[in-house]
Amino acid sequence: MRELMPTLERWRNQQKRIALATVVRIYGSAPLPLGSKMAISSAGEMAGSVSGGCVESAVVQEALEALRSGRPKLLTYGIADEVAQSVGLACGGVIEVFVEPLPEV
Amino acid sequence: MAGTDASIYRQFEEAVRKGRLVAMATALTGPTIGAKMLLWPDGRSEGSLGEPTLDAVARERAAQVFASLRPERLTVETAGGPVELFLDVQPPPPRLWIVGAVHIAAALVTYARTLGFYTIVIDPRTAFAAPERFPHADELVTRWPDAVFAEVGLDESACVVVLTHDEKIDNPALAMALRSPARYIGALGSRRTHAKRAAALKALGLEDAQIARIHAPIGLDIGARRPEEIALAIMAEIVAVMNGKIE
Repeated sequence: MRELMPTLERWRNQQKRIALATVVRIYGSAPLPLGSKMAISSAGEMAGSVSGGCVESAVVQEALEALRSGRPKLLTYGIADEVAQSVGLACGGVIEVFVEPLPEV
Repeated sequence: MAGTDASIYRQFEEAVRKGRLVAMATALTGPTIGAKMLLWPDGRSEGSLGEPTLDAVARERAAQVFASLRPERLTVETAGGPVELFLDVQPPPPRLWIVGAVHIAAALVTYARTLGFYTIVIDPRTAFAAPERFPHADELVTRWPDAVFAEVGLDESACVVVLTHDEKIDNPALAMALRSPARYIGALGSRRTHAKRAAALKALGLEDAQIARIHAPIGLDIGARRPEEIALAIMAEIVAVMNGKIE
């Protein structure tokens, strides 16, 4: 989380809104530990990671949607999930990611 | 995020930025999805997950999360059905104390921050410890390092790197670090310099076993020559020690 702070500050200075994605469950092997975070700006930029690159682009789309709707969302990615098959989680595990819009500070 | 949750989130971010231990509970499902409760190690909490059972469970599990420093996922049975709860914990980062605001230190701060360390550069010489040279350090302190160490106390997670080449600055700092439980202590200099330093530390009352804790010559042997390479060798050595690969 701490490592994302300079980026969050920069985005806020640029008047961008921010969504945060957090890994909130892991089944089997997953590339990053529970609690790993990625921040997404309203311009579609990202910082940090939730899966080491496997599902990031899908999470960015969901984050932009969360910023539009203002509503958080619990997402599942993994081999059992059809979306995840197309997105792909290389290690074969399943992860749940919570995406939420951050307040404007 | 509702108004209260926004204020709680801001406090959470502030604590993380300052390297303070803090936890945050979030409702992942249910009617109050996204609601937050901030939890402190002393038992205080702020905000509400929107349901008394959820609040009670979050407060109850907080001690466990602060002990393990690992986040936790729970399913809580409430009057309105099961709700998924996430308890995030942000442990304070390990601290890297860099004595000597020299060129190697600037590169070392960059690597250390990337790896999640909180970096403090100390140098009593104001010409070296200029803010424009270290805009990326978490703290820049223009004081004598032994005085600073005596004041804050180095704990088991502290890493200390001594780089000034000035024994007036280096040796008292090392003596203080060697009397602490610091995880890593390294000092720049050749074998010959280190032999001289060891003798000086002995004269300051330190024993051979204590002096043997110093990593010197500092850094893993990667054939480093340029300051940036030496910084990389030092950082690699610290990571190896933190991961238990070397002592």
